[in-house]
Amino acid sequence: MKILVCISHVPDTTSKINFTDGNTKFDTNGVQFVINPNDEFGLTRAMWFKEKQGATVHVVNVGGPETEPTLRKALAIGADEAIRINTPATDGFSVAKQLADVAKEGGYDLVIGGRESIDYNGGMVPGMLAKLIGANFINTCIGLEIEDDKATAIREIDGGKETLKTSLPLVIGCQKGLVQESDLRIPNMRGIMQARTKPLNVKEPVASNAETNTISFEKPAPKGAVKLVDTVDELIDLLHNEAKVI
Amino acid sequence: MSVLVYTESEEGKIKKIALEAVSYAKGIADQMGTSVTAVSINANDTSELGKYGASKVLEVSNDKLGKFNAEAYADVIAQAAKNEDTKVIIVTSSANSKFLAPALAVNLEAGYVPNVFELPESTSPFKVKSNVFTNKAFALTEIKTDRKIIGLGKNSYGLKENETSSASEPFNPNLDAHDFDMEIVSVDKATDKVTIADAEIVVSGGRGLKGPENWGMIEDLAKTLGAATACSKPVSDMGWRPHGEHVGQTGKPVASNLYIAIGISGAIQHLAGINASKVKVVINNDPEAPFFKAADYGIVGDAFEIVPKLTEKLKEFKAQNA
Repeated sequence: MKILVCISHVPDTTSKINFTDGNTKFDTNGVQFVINPNDEFGLTRAMWFKEKQGATVHVVNVGGPETEPTLRKALAIGADEAIRINTPATDGFSVAKQLADVAKEGGYDLVIGGRESIDYNGGMVPGMLAKLIGANFINTCIGLEIEDDKATAIREIDGGKETLKTSLPLVIGCQKGLVQESDLRIPNMRGIMQARTKPLNVKEPVASNAETNTISFEKPAPKGAVKLVDTVDELIDLLHNEAKVI
Repeated sequence: MSVLVYTESEEGKIKKIALEAVSYAKGIADQMGTSVTAVSINANDTSELGKYGASKVLEVSNDKLGKFNAEAYADVIAQAAKNEDTKVIIVTSSANSKFLAPALAVNLEAGYVPNVFELPESTSPFKVKSNVFTNKAFALTEIKTDRKIIGLGKNSYGLKENETSSASEPFNPNLDAHDFDMEIVSVDKATDKVTIADAEIVVSGGRGLKGPENWGMIEDLAKTLGAATACSKPVSDMGWRPHGEHVGQTGKPVASNLYIAIGISGAIQHLAGINASKVKVVINNDPEAPFFKAADYGIVGDAFEIVPKLTEKLKEFKAQNA
């Protein structure tokens, strides 16, 4: 089984969000970048398929050379090979198109992406990619078993979950639950050393047009101070008469 | 040329988020000088849609579409958009809408912007604002394609009545075999509980509650308020509560009218996930907890004393205001 895990290079979850160049660009100054958490759950599940079912795992990212440390980390966790598509990630569709080209050419049985990246929250790349390569697609995936070319998956729905059966090739948009937080792996020294010599192939992009263009960013207005109350009666009164939410 | 809105239903009943989406579609249609067409799949009664501004309702009734199926549903909506020669399509932010929207976008070669919370700044060029960086910022995005898909963020636009004379007609899409490559084996859904996605009020507990055995008071408070229950990340990681209740950056997003955080310190990742809620209340015994900076109302004190008292007083309040 060949697995491709799509890795988004995102600011660490605790990063301060600021913008530069007249609010047109994300300010990367002092920001630590990490593997998108939703993608990391997927990568960890891929490691399970590698160890238990002999799968080969490749990771891919669309971005400039600055994203390579994130790909090296994925290699240190245990991926066999990395691919960087050498073009800035603009909108979801153009990223999906680049990934679709790699997915098709590599003949992957399973393509794993996160439910959404924690920066742009688009949640569209895995679904678009699946449609572009004509593969089956399961979003908000929290469980996956594969036997031959058949897959059984669990999808989180609003207020519960759903079990689905489908066939490969398959694309999933995954999230926590596919593996647990405690299953995540911190690269060990051996992994880090091996990652240095594993292949990281740079691939030039295919032609693609962005369908959307982000013009500018802004931050929400600062919030007023909290109103502290001493009794639950006061709280109920405020929620009813002032906030009008009960 | 009308604005098309996909009006989701569950077990034949149109969902409230669908009515919000119709209200929003009407807002865009007014900006563009056109009308709203809704497409519903296996809904029993679509008469309510006219009240929020739909002039025309395409009713799809097909046993094969009895259970949600992203590929097939996206196909139906795409065919409706092509038939109506629609340039703007509105979907919601439900798990199902987010599942089908990417396929719909590829099918219609439409640019898609999710998590939108207000009407477009302009419709020519088409510029719209959405939430990004998990509610820590907004982005203004231009959609450059001829067709556009907007994913409306939950509880962001609200219900706006706009009585419109409405006519419904049957719509029979062509479904092909590829639409059914996925088989739903089972659905496991608590029907007696309010879901976080649909809840107007969410009551959430954190590590301050000390153990899963103390969740009774959270459930009592939620029941009194007709609220959904939720929890912080450490609580779900420790297995005190199911993962489906975890709200925050890597959990579920919350966009309720009221969010009550009990014994939650307010880590930045948690706050990001609940920021879209309108009113936030925190109950915590640590006055230095970061949540107090993010909340609208707060009580510093012992949750084990305050929460049962709050529930009791709310019951009295409900009885008086019923």
